Amino acid sequence: MATKVHNSDGWLYDPILPDSSTWPIVQLTNHRDEFLKELVELSIQNIKETLGNNPSNLKDELARTLYTERIRLTQTPWKADAPDEKEFWSQVKKHMVRINAGHENPNAFGHEDLIRRIVTRYAEEIAGVFDVKAYDFAKGFTTFMFSRLLNASQGKGFSRFWDSRHNLHDKIHLIGEIDHIRELAKQGTVIVVPTHFSNLDSMLIGWAIQSIGLPPVLYGAGLNLFGIKIMAWFMNRLGAYKVDRRKKNTLYLETLKMYSELSLRKGCNGLFFPGGTRSRSGMLEKRLKLGLLGTALQAQRMNFVDDGEDAKKIFVVPVTINYNFVLEAQSLIDQHLKISGQEQYYVENDDFSTSSKMLRFIYKFFTASSEIAVRFGTPMDLFGNRVDEEGRSFDPHGHEVDIKKYFYSNGEITKDLQRDAEYTRMLGERIVERYHCEAVVFCSQILAFAAFRIFKARYNRMDLYGLMRLPSEDLTIRPKQLMDSVDKIVERLREMHASGEIQLEKEILEGSLSNIVKKGIANLGIYHAKLPLMFNAEGDFQSQDIKLLYFYHNRLEGYGLHKVI
Amino acid sequence: MDSTKSSDKMPVGVLGGGSFGSAISNLLAENQPVILLTRSQEVADSINTTHDNRGRTMHENVRATTNAREVAEQCRLIYPILPSAGFRETIKNLAPHLTPEHILIHGTKGVDVQLPEGVQLTSDYKLNPKKVNTMTEVILQETIVRRVGCLAGPNLAGEILEGQPAATVIASHFEEVIKLGQKTLRTPRFQVYGSHDLTGVEIAGVLKNVIALAAGALSGLGFGENAKALLISRGLVEMIHIGKHLGGDIVAVLGLAGVGDLIATCSSSKSRNFTVGYRLAKGETLTAILADMEEVAEGLNTLRISRSMANYLGIRVPLTETIYDVIYGEKTVEEGLDYLMKFPFYVDIDRSMFRGN
Repeated sequence: MATKVHNSDGWLYDPILPDSSTWPIVQLTNHRDEFLKELVELSIQNIKETLGNNPSNLKDELARTLYTERIRLTQTPWKADAPDEKEFWSQVKKHMVRINAGHENPNAFGHEDLIRRIVTRYAEEIAGVFDVKAYDFAKGFTTFMFSRLLNASQGKGFSRFWDSRHNLHDKIHLIGEIDHIRELAKQGTVIVVPTHFSNLDSMLIGWAIQSIGLPPVLYGAGLNLFGIKIMAWFMNRLGAYKVDRRKKNTLYLETLKMYSELSLRKGCNGLFFPGGTRSRSGMLEKRLKLGLLGTALQAQRMNFVDDGEDAKKIFVVPVTINYNFVLEAQSLIDQHLKISGQEQYYVENDDFSTSSKMLRFIYKFFTASSEIAVRFGTPMDLFGNRVDEEGRSFDPHGHEVDIKKYFYSNGEITKDLQRDAEYTRMLGERIVERYHCEAVVFCSQILAFAAFRIFKARYNRMDLYGLMRLPSEDLTIRPKQLMDSVDKIVERLREMHASGEIQLEKEILEGSLSNIVKKGIANLGIYHAKLPLMFNAEGDFQSQDIKLLYFYHNRLEGYGLHKVI
Repeated sequence: MDSTKSSDKMPVGVLGGGSFGSAISNLLAENQPVILLTRSQEVADSINTTHDNRGRTMHENVRATTNAREVAEQCRLIYPILPSAGFRETIKNLAPHLTPEHILIHGTKGVDVQLPEGVQLTSDYKLNPKKVNTMTEVILQETIVRRVGCLAGPNLAGEILEGQPAATVIASHFEEVIKLGQKTLRTPRFQVYGSHDLTGVEIAGVLKNVIALAAGALSGLGFGENAKALLISRGLVEMIHIGKHLGGDIVAVLGLAGVGDLIATCSSSKSRNFTVGYRLAKGETLTAILADMEEVAEGLNTLRISRSMANYLGIRVPLTETIYDVIYGEKTVEEGLDYLMKFPFYVDIDRSMFRGN
């Protein structure tokens, strides 16, 4: 059982590795040069393999890389781009010209030299620098800021700023298999895979991970976020590595994947948002981006190759972050409707592009939000098998499994990328399954689901887009009708909870119907200027914004709940 | 291939000594030793001493056993060729002996449904498609094996046992599994194709059995090729319609496991499903037919499942509905036929079916 320390910020767990010099992530930074060297060599090896060890493929890919990179420079320049980008690529161009003109012998090391040059640059860009002091500062700072904001928000503004009466952990619930995960982190490498609904998720999950006493995790962050000064300062020092989604050439992708693989092999805990971006629709992720998750499979296989029976195992922990409201809901659902409405273009409304916007966002978040639940789900190995506290894997019937043998052909470990890709796909499916079981339902989501379904049934001749255009006057529900639906949903949810198919907040488990509805209406998307659902003057329920109602309703999609109402 | 050479190779396991299991064992035995798991010790002894499996002659490379553990320990590649009804049970018994290194390629054309105690699939039962598992799903649920594949196609066991030429398709998400399947199974008279659409191939193989029941009935009534062609083409449409809800795919229906197998089973008295329909049309009762059949007609189970699934989904599947009513005595064969001929179909192929869903 982990020791919990109670301090002014609430219940926190002891760090499992108190001495920061033993953290793999610190080791990585201390030996950054050697690490980068290894990274470059292994990446080049993989690039050649991916291109079939064929010099002419290599040459083509180089030309393509140069071409797309030069287009990127002119068409989508970002603040976070290095100042000497232009210079670098024009040198690459000259280098290419020299090779093509026969001044350098391409078969000996001409192309190889050039590839090394580009890969080295990519590697330097991707790799982060972890800084223990900054980490300690950020840790204190986020906790401090989170609790101050929370207290301010509970009172009437900043007069309560320095109060400590509201405990952070009253508001952000860290629940789930925390002790189990702490045990696993002591003997293996842990990869945390959270759901993704809000831009706040990365900060929240970072805070949650340190709160349960795990050493810091390495995570990929969009290079665009490094254009925001505050974010860049923190992320640069907190183990973030940079992911640039504009670069889609083989050289970059293989270097990025190798960075992830190699850091996992060195024992750094990882964090991936497998959904890729925030869920636009408000639904739980269904399709995952498997690229980086796949590097875990490679790392696990290499661990077995390097260390045999003593190899470190890699564990996956699905985490659900559960909100009563998502600040960006409005723009997210707009984008979702536009995309699914097959519009050719949509402009990403970046509600998060400058430091001040970000701070305003965080402030609003705390001043308006009710509880958040971060649930650490049941950990598993990379093949979706259950693992015990010692990290041993078990099949559904309780027999121990030697997972090394998943990599076997003819009795020995073999490299088969197609096979590993399939294992990764299966792992992705398993994670999605677990998301559904580990999701924590709030009263507000039940209300949104019931209300939206009532409208959908009432206007059953309309398609989704017709529904979205209905005026607020047409969107009222008699209390009795809504209560009846909520009642049936609650009953079904309780059954599902009993069989472990979903998690429920306490009110839903124990509260009366009227309390569930009361709590739900008090919390459903309360930040928004127009409310997804409210009481009107006649005492009926009314939706001021059906798009938002649809967004929050979506969280309970995929459970077959519409069958019970 | 001579047996001394192939005995150096690692043996391949087969679960189930029925007609198809025997046919597959004999094919495999041409390339390597085979260990065949049978339920009865008597049958195993007979195979091991006289190569006789209830009238079928087994290849000399086939050794039989009743010990599941032995199969798991000696073979990395195992072909479960079992009736769907006993599939889960047998796999469960094998599960403790399996390791992640094992590869399973099944040849069962049926699905598995886990119903609550005492519940029967009746004509008005609403069955959620999520409760229907393919055999691959059963293997993934019950064992730690991940490298799974299936075997489907126009493979009437009798013809294979006679050494007639035929082809099959091995579907798996794993290239490794397909290659291993081809390597172990391909013979000069047996061609093996590969596919990555595992679910599509499985579902196609499963659903075609229902149509085979009807084909038998038409033949029993003495009708000719127009009627059969009508049935097969309409049957394909309905297979796609139902299959989509089980995660199946249109493309697989066009392949060996769909059209290929459908034509074979709809034309042959060697097919069990065909025989059931045929004898019904000749006036026998279902009970009487089942009483003297040696092996299960998978189509009957699939029929009940498809019917109750359509109830749940609220979709019309006139062929399946009619076949169901005829088999379970609510309509005579003639009434069923009459109903179908009057059913208001307007469109040959509904294009909306081909849109992504």
